[in-house]
Amino acid sequence: MSQIPANFSLELKDLRKSFGKTEIIRGVNLAVSSGERVGIIGPNGAGKSTLFNLISGRFAPSSGQVLLNGQRIDGKQPYEINRAGLSRSFQITHVFPKLSVFENLRCGLLWSMGYRYSFWKFLADLKDANERTLELMSMIKLDRKRDMLAANLTYSEQRSLEIGITIAGGAPVILLDEPTAGMSRSESRDFVRLIKEVTIGKTLLTVEHDMGVVFGLADKIAVVVYGEVIDFDLPDKVRANPRVQEAYLGTAHAQS
Amino acid sequence: MNTQYAYKPANVGRWLIWSLFALVLAGAPHIFTSGLGTTVLTQMGIAIIACLSYNILLGQGGMLSFGHAVYTGLGAFLTMHALNRIGEGLPLPVSLLPLVGGLAGIGFAVLFGYVSTRKSGTTFAMITLGLGELVFALSLMIPEFFGGEGGVSGNRVTGPVRAGISFGPPIQIYYLIAVYTFLSVAAMFAFTRTPLGRMLNAVRDNPERVEFVGYNTRMVRYIAFILAGFFAGIAGGLGALNFEIVTAEVVGTARSGAYLLFTFLGGATFFFGPIIGGILMVLAFVLLSEYTQAWLLYLGLIFIFMVMYAPGGIASLIMMNLRLAKYGRLRQIWVSYLGLGVCALVVLTGAAVLIEMVYHLQLGSVVGPQLQFLGLSLNAGNVNSWFGAVFVLLTGLGLFELLRRQFLREWSDIQERIEEETKGRDLL
Repeated sequence: MSQIPANFSLELKDLRKSFGKTEIIRGVNLAVSSGERVGIIGPNGAGKSTLFNLISGRFAPSSGQVLLNGQRIDGKQPYEINRAGLSRSFQITHVFPKLSVFENLRCGLLWSMGYRYSFWKFLADLKDANERTLELMSMIKLDRKRDMLAANLTYSEQRSLEIGITIAGGAPVILLDEPTAGMSRSESRDFVRLIKEVTIGKTLLTVEHDMGVVFGLADKIAVVVYGEVIDFDLPDKVRANPRVQEAYLGTAHAQS
Repeated sequence: MNTQYAYKPANVGRWLIWSLFALVLAGAPHIFTSGLGTTVLTQMGIAIIACLSYNILLGQGGMLSFGHAVYTGLGAFLTMHALNRIGEGLPLPVSLLPLVGGLAGIGFAVLFGYVSTRKSGTTFAMITLGLGELVFALSLMIPEFFGGEGGVSGNRVTGPVRAGISFGPPIQIYYLIAVYTFLSVAAMFAFTRTPLGRMLNAVRDNPERVEFVGYNTRMVRYIAFILAGFFAGIAGGLGALNFEIVTAEVVGTARSGAYLLFTFLGGATFFFGPIIGGILMVLAFVLLSEYTQAWLLYLGLIFIFMVMYAPGGIASLIMMNLRLAKYGRLRQIWVSYLGLGVCALVVLTGAAVLIEMVYHLQLGSVVGPQLQFLGLSLNAGNVNSWFGAVFVLLTGLGLFELLRRQFLREWSDIQERIEEETKGRDLL
């Protein structure tokens, strides 16, 4: 397990991203301090997923900075950002379909445990990695599906595995992109509990559509509208903000 | 808790399989004692290494290469040149020459892989195709190295003879190749059990996800490509020692295509698939080509048939039936197998008669329209022979299709029952 530094924070400074002439992210500033759980909400097409893609290195930002614990990570490759201590999940399930649950999780932690590109050690001999994998497997409650191929899991099991792979490397900053997308109400309630359990002590950013999930999971809420953060505050204050209600919450809140 | 993940450290089954493999390699030339037998077995060893090395790319890494012969072929050329240097005083035993091929494979894979593994998928495939053509074109342009049309030849009986082993007699070269085959197969199997081997599977399954767990997918592909190049080079070096001549065709696209075709036929999804593929490759090239002029056509037909009906290759057919046997369901379906087999044979006979008659008319008509095939006397100039063949073919096809549908119903029924059984076990 990598050590979690005392003050592992994530900071976005005037982050911008254009696709062609269209500016999707229009100067986002956000400072998340260590151990904080931030929910990112906003209407469809507001740029929430793009923001995650910029932070995690899937896309390079057009301008601006991303600081992970004070170090600039913007423009770096996803694997470099992951090694620096940031790990993400995907809205569309991104597991290794032809590998077993156990193998999926182990693939998630091999790098962080220092095994890298080794082809001179046997996997079966990596006691620490294998024990950690078993721990993870019971954390995400998939012990019984140990040898099942990820492709054969149910949808919500695959979502659990997705989270498992994301936290496997022990990254102190975790980005979850709509973790409960496509789940039923009761499934997502259990799932939020699971997410809380496995991310204890970590800095967590979650994009989520389900307001119940966001307010259950987050200490602070960032509201993204048209590529800008229009509010970043405690859940109750965000709820009360008339601008937020006008832009977004008014309709969505009534639904939840 | 801590024994759950270890796959039975002292695995008796594994010891048994590897001992059996060694035994087969050692004993085979005593069963097939003819000159042809030794020739075929020797080439099988080489083909097994080549196909397995190819499968590091195709089956384990999801990299479709059209230029694997570059690495076997250049390995062969460099081995041959090294062999010829031994006569001039290079202090290297002949038994280590295949490693020269392996090093050449590494060298060229480092060079070419740097370009090709930057990309994956179709782009990777296109780059390997281009590199294959490039090397083949070079082989005709640089006769000093590639020997022009005549190729480069050498004599493997050179240097000091130790303990009566000169590698002159075919049986001695067979055993040299058998030792290399055993070690290479073991090493490549071991590779699949290492962190890099597993991450290579992950890159095959979902390259983007791999980037987000800390791995540079390009580096994973690159290292795997170099390892594949090493074993390919060893196979090439062994081939050079075996044939004592290397011509430009060993780096050609046709050879690369053969590795792809037979690795696929054997089965890319299981480790042992390419071993079957390598064996089939030699049987086709040495035996089938003796038997009929139209062998490439048959090969093409079989390939199309397998792609359509059994994309996992022979290995996956074997594994699916082993699964059936494990749950004691094989006897429910063997009648269908028998029926399918008989029908396939009928189809094959009809098609083969047609193909042979066409080939006979095109290529052998100077000796008259009569030809002998499977003990039949056919007359390619006679309408009756054509009608008969078409009739046999169509009947066979119709029956095969009917039986196939019946078979599919039975098959899915059995699979469902097995699913239910295993589900029950999971809940226990």
